[in-house]
Amino acid sequence: MQLGSIFLLALLEGLASASVLALTACGLSLVFGIMRVVNVAHGEFFMLGAVLAWFTASLIPGPPALAFAVALVVCPLIVGAIAALADMLVLKRLNYEPEATIVATIGLLYILQQGALTVFGPNALPVPAPVDFRFQFPGFGYSGYKIAVIVAAVLLLLGLWLILTRTRIGLVMRATQIDRATARAFGINVDRVYAGVFAMGAGLAAIAAVLIVPIQQAHYLMGADPLLLSFSVVIIGGLGSLRGTVVAALLIGMVDQMIPIFMPVVFPAYGAWFTPTLAKIMATLVVALVLVFRPQGLFGKRAA
Amino acid sequence: MMLTLQSIEAGYGAVQVLRGLTFEVRPGEVLCLMGRNGAGKTTALRAIMGQVPVTAGSVVLDGTPVNTLPAHEVPKQGIGYVPQGRRLFGELTVAENIEIGLMTRGRDARVRERVLSIFPRLRERLDQMSRTLSGGEQQMLAIARALCLEPKVLLLDEPTEGLQPSMIALIRDTVVALKATGVTTVLVEQRVDAALSVADRIAFVTGGRVAETVPTAGLTTTSPQFATYVGV
Repeated sequence: MQLGSIFLLALLEGLASASVLALTACGLSLVFGIMRVVNVAHGEFFMLGAVLAWFTASLIPGPPALAFAVALVVCPLIVGAIAALADMLVLKRLNYEPEATIVATIGLLYILQQGALTVFGPNALPVPAPVDFRFQFPGFGYSGYKIAVIVAAVLLLLGLWLILTRTRIGLVMRATQIDRATARAFGINVDRVYAGVFAMGAGLAAIAAVLIVPIQQAHYLMGADPLLLSFSVVIIGGLGSLRGTVVAALLIGMVDQMIPIFMPVVFPAYGAWFTPTLAKIMATLVVALVLVFRPQGLFGKRAA
Repeated sequence: MMLTLQSIEAGYGAVQVLRGLTFEVRPGEVLCLMGRNGAGKTTALRAIMGQVPVTAGSVVLDGTPVNTLPAHEVPKQGIGYVPQGRRLFGELTVAENIEIGLMTRGRDARVRERVLSIFPRLRERLDQMSRTLSGGEQQMLAIARALCLEPKVLLLDEPTEGLQPSMIALIRDTVVALKATGVTTVLVEQRVDAALSVADRIAFVTGGRVAETVPTAGLTTTSPQFATYVGV
């Protein structure tokens, strides 16, 4: 393969990785931005979306596309409902105190993880891709499904942005984010907004999981990686900043794929160095640098 | 609408601020709460809005207890609130702040137009972030946002604080105009001249309770109550 083709391949892999990461991380960022809750169970909502997608796919006979389409709609709704319930039963009772909610969501993490193990078992659970075609690029063919994932993620992120900036629900969410006491003085049911936001955040993670599960099998321990990567993304982008989250997801996604795919071709003498592990180290280094030199993140606002 | 606070006790955690606060505001009346810092004036308004827990006593609006409602239901009873320091949604535009006010009781474009006609300067700044407005414009917006509810009772917490004289006059004229339309108003004010120019009665608050309520007709700027309870 020529250098240009390898670059394009790395770019596409980076975009696919970044798009799913952006969706997951936007859920985490939304919850923190509006509720000031650091949701340590976010990765488990991702995992739950994936295993429920497998369960849905296994229940529905017929073409994989039909089962996948049902999973894409139903799984985020179920995960969102579970999250809303967790908000009302646990977080609300803690009055959304930052420290207490961290401990509570750690507890939620274990409940969801062990619940998935109990119900779905310890094995990796495959979900067939809804479409099976390849795009032919110069020098290589590329999964049509992965391109569909990129397009779907872009559309979903655009939809999220439109909801937040162009709808009444988004206006209510932004007002609640700015000042919840004053929001209540104007009739906004803050408890309902919080339950909705927590559900939406979890639902975004679940959508990302349903999109990724035909590429990466569902498993009850799969929540850790998206959680850690999402934290990296929101730290780099700025906690609560959706724009920053998307930019940081692109950065992390690109680093994650460019290093192991493209760099060994550019520097063949040092090819053995450019491993996926190095990509993870680089991402962690970026997080560390951001924390030291710009703790509010690239697009976050400095605390007053 | 008649608003009655009866033997209210309220505070912040272990700190009790209101200790048996009692007053009533008659329909269409402007009642001014005056007192030293920490006397409990702002806490009284926050207690009405459900923003601080009322541990004893009652807030009654035209016979309906309000203090048992969730905080977000209080404005839907027709109580508009202009908090101390304005508390605008600073990262929202002027238009969006007004929209939040309109949403509270499902009001429409007609109300929006009427509110903007009271404060035409806001119409010129609809797309501007509210945090970038001048102090006077921010106060206009805070009042406009509350008026979008078409309130029967309006709570104003130090609306003239930090404003230039022309803006103070505009806000005074607005309160007088609202009074003429029958809006019942509770005003927290530190400026004696401003209080005397708009209020029907002044309730002097000290130590979390009302020490004395006096019609403004019987008061001048040199009346001893101002020295005793306000320290001016």
